[in-house]
Amino acid sequence: MAGSRRPFAPLRNLNAKIAAVPMIVTVLVVFIGCTLWTVVYSFTSSRSLPTLDFVGMDQYVRLFRTSRWTVSLKNLAIFGVLSLSFSLVLGFILAALMDQKIRFENTFRTIFLYPHALSFIVTGLVWQWILTPAYGVQKVVRDLGFETFNFPILTDGRFAIYAIVIAGLWQGTGLVMALMLAGLRNIDDEIWKAARVDGIPAWKTYLFIVIPMMRPVFITTLVIISATIVKVYDLVVALTNGGPGISSEVPAKYVYDLMFSRGNLGQGLAASTIMLTTVLIILVPWALLEFRPRYRKGEVSK
Amino acid sequence: MRYRSVLTALATSTFLFAASQAGAADLEVTHWWTSGGEAAAAKVLAESYDKLGGDKWVDGAIAGSGSTARPIIVSRILGGNPMGATQLNTGRDAEDLVKAGLMTDLTELATKEGWADFIRPAKLLDACKYEGKIYCVPVNIHSWQWMWINPNAFKEAGAVVPTNWNEFVAAAPKLKEKGIIPLATGDAWQIDGVFRVMLANLGGKDLYLKIMDEKSTEAAGSPEMKAVWQAFADARDLADPGYVGRQWNEATSLVLTGKAAGQIMGDWAQGEFGVAGKVAGTDYDCLPGLGVHPVLDTGGDAFYFPKNANPEITKAQLKLASMLVSKETQVAFNLAKGSLPIRGDVDMQTANACMQKGIKILADNNNVLPSYEQAFSSDTQGQIEDLTTEFFADKNMTVEDAQARYVEIIGEAK
Repeated sequence: MAGSRRPFAPLRNLNAKIAAVPMIVTVLVVFIGCTLWTVVYSFTSSRSLPTLDFVGMDQYVRLFRTSRWTVSLKNLAIFGVLSLSFSLVLGFILAALMDQKIRFENTFRTIFLYPHALSFIVTGLVWQWILTPAYGVQKVVRDLGFETFNFPILTDGRFAIYAIVIAGLWQGTGLVMALMLAGLRNIDDEIWKAARVDGIPAWKTYLFIVIPMMRPVFITTLVIISATIVKVYDLVVALTNGGPGISSEVPAKYVYDLMFSRGNLGQGLAASTIMLTTVLIILVPWALLEFRPRYRKGEVSK
Repeated sequence: MRYRSVLTALATSTFLFAASQAGAADLEVTHWWTSGGEAAAAKVLAESYDKLGGDKWVDGAIAGSGSTARPIIVSRILGGNPMGATQLNTGRDAEDLVKAGLMTDLTELATKEGWADFIRPAKLLDACKYEGKIYCVPVNIHSWQWMWINPNAFKEAGAVVPTNWNEFVAAAPKLKEKGIIPLATGDAWQIDGVFRVMLANLGGKDLYLKIMDEKSTEAAGSPEMKAVWQAFADARDLADPGYVGRQWNEATSLVLTGKAAGQIMGDWAQGEFGVAGKVAGTDYDCLPGLGVHPVLDTGGDAFYFPKNANPEITKAQLKLASMLVSKETQVAFNLAKGSLPIRGDVDMQTANACMQKGIKILADNNNVLPSYEQAFSSDTQGQIEDLTTEFFADKNMTVEDAQARYVEIIGEAK
């Protein structure tokens, strides 16, 4: 320290830097390290145990020739688009209704948020019982006198993925509602007053003033829902176990099955690499756009 | 000393299996025998082991079928947290674990007791061998190639009680009219099982061996194989839509109660009939080999003993291994499980009519087939399972398409 008054630059804020070390190590080893490991071994013929026997693109060729994988990707797309749009729309509508200073708001909020406290396994089982033809909705309606009523959502391969969407929405919408409600409560009352003075109808105020102001809340929600969508696994296992046939399989289940129960690490890792790539392709351009540095004055946020 | 005992107590509370006392070991045994009949059989083993004195059997049953339990078991062993002993299926389940040197070598015990002399068919012990050393103990013989029928269901529908698959298909329309499900089945592995059985019994032994042993794409694409796919296509019209997600023992109980007429399921289903107090020949009947080609595969369960650092555990493992092959255990266990014993020199007089049929078929070595598990890696089995379940659920998928993809899978199999 002799000679200079200012501390040596790398030693500045030493405490903060030391505190950050564990996180930096975790990121480097766990996230980046394991990701690289995954990608490297996806090019090998590893079976139950990893071996460095490189086979080029073989695993990927097989992956995209496997109809179970292509069906999984298609299902993830259906599940993703539907649950993303519906949970945002429904969640916002519920929050807007809740924001009308209704009575028993606490009770309703608890009711809507409650499903989120359950694990996906429980949700899956409950909905399996509700939707299964022998005991569920179909039987109840038939017992009411509609003998020919058919509701084969779980037993017909064309519809099974929608059963998963329904159960997912039931579980997830409450959380979206809570986040949106918090966002709505942050909107200054003055804005509502000003809109009312200008004679703007309530729905227009929501659509053109409130929603743009809630942009950060929407982004948070989007990130949270997207993460649950990509990793959807337990819900499918509990609700349909991928059936009937392979019609409601999802990528995460393919990865798990191949890696653990079928002892084909290489194939499972190739599948997870594709999952990672897909997420990156969507995420990176969006993140660059969203989080790029902006001029404070140049760009006016709407 | 005190510190140690506290530590042991803590360890036992978290990891049941970790505790060990001087001179006796607690041997944690994992298995997936959880249905009524299976649990009764597991209890026989636990009780006879505890009776030997000293060591204790700590039951580690894992709910769900093998496809749920297997990954749990394998990842525990790989993760350096081995149990004392575990059930797996005879075959290639543990191949990689054995290669990695994670299993206790049983060769010394096996030579001393002369396992090779009394275990039959000899193939069972071969499945436990790797580079000439023995790593597992087969405990029973299970065969897939059985069909269980409820004769009363057929009588109620005014149909002839079938003696083979074709008659069964012919009786199906009458059953449907009465609201009886012709063929009870359930989730993926059960459907795949139906296909295995058809391959062996409708396709015949030659076709089966060509595909299993030689992985012959020619055989997989042959007209004989097409007939098997055609029969499998017939079967998808015989199942009820409620099969999705059904457990095998639920399907068996449909047959038991007469709500369904038949089920294609391995001989472990017999344990369920036994627990329900049904009598073979009157309350239910069996068609080994679908009544067409009476050949049986010889899969089954085997016990593996993962290497443990504690020598007490190793001693307890060898004791259990020796008990599993003993005559008394073999008889008591297999009667409860509904499976056949692994040794030919035990007295199975008390076995019921269906088991006697099985013993008779197995007495002739020409009727013995290798099991799927012995021939295919779990990866290949999985690919076939994906194909068969997709085909079974999607009635628009043609026999030709399915067969073309089957040929591809067999071609890639190692």
